[in-house]
Amino acid sequence: MGILLDEAPYILENFPGGGIVITSADWFINWSRANSLWPLTFGLACCAFEMISANMSKYDLDRFGVFPRPTPRQADLIFVAGTLTKKMAPRLKKLYDQMGEPKYVISMGSCSNTGGPFYDSYAVVKGVDKVIPVDVYVAGCPPRPENLIEGIKKLQEKIKKDTIKNNGRAKIFK
Amino acid sequence: MTENTLKDKDGFETMYLNMGPQHPSTHGVLRLGLVLDGEVIIKAEPDIGYLHRGMEKLAESRTYQANIAMSDRFDYVTSMNNNFVTALAVEKLLGVEIPKRAQYLRILMAELNRVVNHILFFGFFAMDLGATTALIFGFREREEALELFESVCGARLTYNYFRVGGVSRDLPAGFIEKAGNFVKMMRSRLKDYDDLVTGNVIFQDRSVGIGRISKEDVLAYSLSGPVMRASGIKYDIRKDDTYSVYREFDFEVPVRENGDCFDRYMMRMLELREALKIIEQVLIKLEPGEILAKVPKIIKPPAGEAYVRTESPKGELALYLVSDGTANPYRLHLRAPSFINLQILQKILTGVKVADVIAILGSIDITLGEVDR
Amino acid sequence: MDAQKYLNEIKGRFPGTADAALERIKDGVPALLCPAPFLFEIVKYLKAEGFNYLMDLCATDYRDSLEVIYHFCALETNVKLTVKVRLDREKPELASITPLYPGADWQEREAFDLLGINFPGHPDLKNLLLPCGWEGHPLRKDYSRKPDQYD
Repeated sequence: MGILLDEAPYILENFPGGGIVITSADWFINWSRANSLWPLTFGLACCAFEMISANMSKYDLDRFGVFPRPTPRQADLIFVAGTLTKKMAPRLKKLYDQMGEPKYVISMGSCSNTGGPFYDSYAVVKGVDKVIPVDVYVAGCPPRPENLIEGIKKLQEKIKKDTIKNNGRAKIFK
Repeated sequence: MTENTLKDKDGFETMYLNMGPQHPSTHGVLRLGLVLDGEVIIKAEPDIGYLHRGMEKLAESRTYQANIAMSDRFDYVTSMNNNFVTALAVEKLLGVEIPKRAQYLRILMAELNRVVNHILFFGFFAMDLGATTALIFGFREREEALELFESVCGARLTYNYFRVGGVSRDLPAGFIEKAGNFVKMMRSRLKDYDDLVTGNVIFQDRSVGIGRISKEDVLAYSLSGPVMRASGIKYDIRKDDTYSVYREFDFEVPVRENGDCFDRYMMRMLELREALKIIEQVLIKLEPGEILAKVPKIIKPPAGEAYVRTESPKGELALYLVSDGTANPYRLHLRAPSFINLQILQKILTGVKVADVIAILGSIDITLGEVDR
Repeated sequence: MDAQKYLNEIKGRFPGTADAALERIKDGVPALLCPAPFLFEIVKYLKAEGFNYLMDLCATDYRDSLEVIYHFCALETNVKLTVKVRLDREKPELASITPLYPGADWQEREAFDLLGINFPGHPDLKNLLLPCGWEGHPLRKDYSRKPDQYD
């Protein structure tokens, strides 16, 4: 898919009617991406329990096509659920780099948004966006599973606005 | 690592296996460095600190009440027990008398949280050994308990329910009935748990005789809680060094002899039943009354130091608190049971197979928030 | 209380421990102030006397000195005893009790990491909680952090 999606839009654009093909392709690709978000099983602290709750019996994230994967190679979404410390930050970056494109990040909870209750700690990174780019911030300490689901729906909306002209990378530095 | 050059007895080089910090079964961000000879571990070295948030330092710049809110995040599975020990330590320095009803409410919440912790242990431990259904069962019951907590204090995980001198609010209408139903429901579900997991042949094969901890090791490594009692030492701080009003309640301290993974699992299941027993007794004994003692708005305990021990679901949770007479603690040190229990890994992982690492780690029941603080 | 007995016994056994003293922390647990060079011997003696369980080990920075506190308990009789050692702030050094109580291992490493106390005799004294190469000891009262790449 990689090379095809990289090159096709630029070739198609030069043909009459190519735009229609692109928008149709966009619709299909975005639809499939938005409804099969596979997050990495990656929990840092307290918020991880709410993330697991959201995956379990009562909230059942499977409904939205969200199905946890244990390895970053198979994942396209990462929930940063909990406090990111300076010791952990390089590891998070490494995990993020191992994920295949397109990849999305949901920052879950005050700690990963801004440092939260540990904002003045010597060992805490004040916001995960200092290490990796974030798509959706979910507020709360910890956020309820409903909040997280709302965050996922927001991410899906965002994905559906994407176009292959950006090679699914509209989100990064644009 | 120099271990890479280690040779086994046939002259083959050993392998260094890095497990974590991102691993689905390390219960958080624990990293294990394992030196392997084939499939057998010859050296294990846990590496912690990936969740070190400097909470002991932060405590020195927060007021005592704010420290109770912070304590929620020590061991985020048993927030009520953390609140309990922090409140007790401050009260010991202040020397205040706690109203009867508040005492009962505290024990009610602490024991409910013990139930939640052990349900989660059941789910995660069984899942580590391959029984995914158990985790889904566990979370189903946990949601019911969280609804109880939520109706009392409005939060699902970080409760901040305790106050210096009592608790923050009284029970809402209908709570006692709901809690009674929860206990009944839990008792019937425990039968399901036993049918699904405890008697399961695969589960027993993977846990009986695995990760034995001897009595001597328990004492030498200062292990506490269910890990200690599974090895045959009958010591429960609620009974033997009692605090709050635990002596008014009738409950057993279960003890097992073998000290293997299965016994540690059984300990939790037995303790869960005892916790339900205490909850039932509290619900009967509760009488209307004050829930908050008269304490000054700004809490400034006299200078001094206190060491308070409590029995958290994971073991001896103690707080060493030094006051210098100002509104912030001078030093706050948490004796975290997970942190101390985790040390035994270095010893008992030697000589076991890689597949059993998860079983042994799961059976110790750690929370990384408390290990790293 | 037995604590006075232990104190007298210690003073008799180890010449040079004349300045050992007794005080009490809040809940009435006796605290033995013991001189740093004799700590290992005193703890060894206490272990033989039945204090088989090390509840907690932690250190505090008192601005003019560092204090290491050991909380011991005899599980059978439930007698508790606290041992305190005052250390020089510039060059804090204290014998490791890990050979006696393996459970002290990580707690000593924590004190080494966060307060910079050196424990000669410890089998593997290195950083525990902080990343390798961290400068300074955060739990010291005069610790000031240099801004890094995450600030």
